[in-house]
Amino acid sequence: MNGAHDLGGGHGHGPIAPDPNEPLFHADWERKAFSLTLAMGFTGQWNIDQSRFARESMAPGRYLETSYYEHWAHGLEVLLADRALVTEDEIQAAKPIGPAKPLPRILKAEDVVATLQKGGSARREDKGAPTAKFNAGDRVIARNINPPTHTRVPRYVRGRAGVIDRVHGVFVFPDTNAKSGDERPQWLYAVRFEGQELWGPDAEPGACVYVDLWDDYLDAA
Amino acid sequence: MPHDGHHPDHGSELSETELRIRALESLLVEKGYVDPAALDVLVETYEKNVGPRNGARVVAKAWDEPDYKAWLLKDASAAIASLGYTGRQGEDMIVLENTADVHNMIVCTLCSCYPWPVLGLPPTWYKAAPYRAHAVSQPRSVLGEFGVTLPEDIEIRVWDSTAETRYMVLPLRPAGTDGWSQEQLAEIVTRDSMIGTSIVGTPS
Repeated sequence: MNGAHDLGGGHGHGPIAPDPNEPLFHADWERKAFSLTLAMGFTGQWNIDQSRFARESMAPGRYLETSYYEHWAHGLEVLLADRALVTEDEIQAAKPIGPAKPLPRILKAEDVVATLQKGGSARREDKGAPTAKFNAGDRVIARNINPPTHTRVPRYVRGRAGVIDRVHGVFVFPDTNAKSGDERPQWLYAVRFEGQELWGPDAEPGACVYVDLWDDYLDAA
Repeated sequence: MPHDGHHPDHGSELSETELRIRALESLLVEKGYVDPAALDVLVETYEKNVGPRNGARVVAKAWDEPDYKAWLLKDASAAIASLGYTGRQGEDMIVLENTADVHNMIVCTLCSCYPWPVLGLPPTWYKAAPYRAHAVSQPRSVLGEFGVTLPEDIEIRVWDSTAETRYMVLPLRPAGTDGWSQEQLAEIVTRDSMIGTSIVGTPS
């Protein structure tokens, strides 16, 4: 979707203002937004692409005015409501009204460290994906697509030409995974775009951008 | 406060969000969807155990051992896993080597993808709009905001983490560190140098 999250190349967002003494979390509610999101993610009621789409679906003005963990909190609420795990009335009352739904997996404290260390790769080489369409060195054009649903091809590369830098392997395709959990594994590449190609005469000298793009985002140039 | 008011990314005053999150927490616990003790372990893991010191050890080893560096650049996931750093948001790692001619920088313009097992959770500026918007189009200007000025004949490569591959920069080893132990080397490797918004300076 062409949401406020797709920030690359935008102007006027102010200074970066790194804070060398920044705490990992600024307030306890951030700890809660973080840990509740991870714990609920473990229950398997949605995948990471659905989770990203839920955050992106925030109204653009609000997205830009709120912080990272507010995006997470919003995403978690959307997903919980969509799956009928929590209702708005329950949030208002701060207590359960309806019965709990049975969930197949609950993250237990004793399993947290091992679960994090195990992770869950999106690599799917074993799924017999079709042959890679491109090789390193091939010239490609990122497709000009504008789906209202989740996608990971940023606006600033759509319609632009680049060169395949490297072939990463076969990975879950986010667009279909976000819609229906259909992983549709396909080849993923790092594509190099020259600054001039992306930004024209306003490009800074000697700078380029590498973007990870899947077969379904690319055509031969 | 070090912030200047332009950034929404700090939030102890956000009472409505705080109230809703508190309500969610009690609801999810009461419904049995989450184990409250698991929440504490999740937070503790990243507050205490998983952070940029992990990445610094990877960098120090690569600086010190040519064979390890070659492995790291060829198969970062395996080379990093050999030090025990694995898992969530770092399952498929790629390490980018800075050289005399090339400077690498990582960003995630679409959200805030970041290599958790080696760098921990990202700083606020990495997740906020200014860096995500400007890094891809004005990387030299962005580096300037971090106090780094690179000559124009050094190519800047910005890596936008749009997939589940996670990037980390292998910074240039500074002069004046010959004969240093890996522990000494790891001490001078900063988080930002592994993001690519900083360089590791020559020790004074």
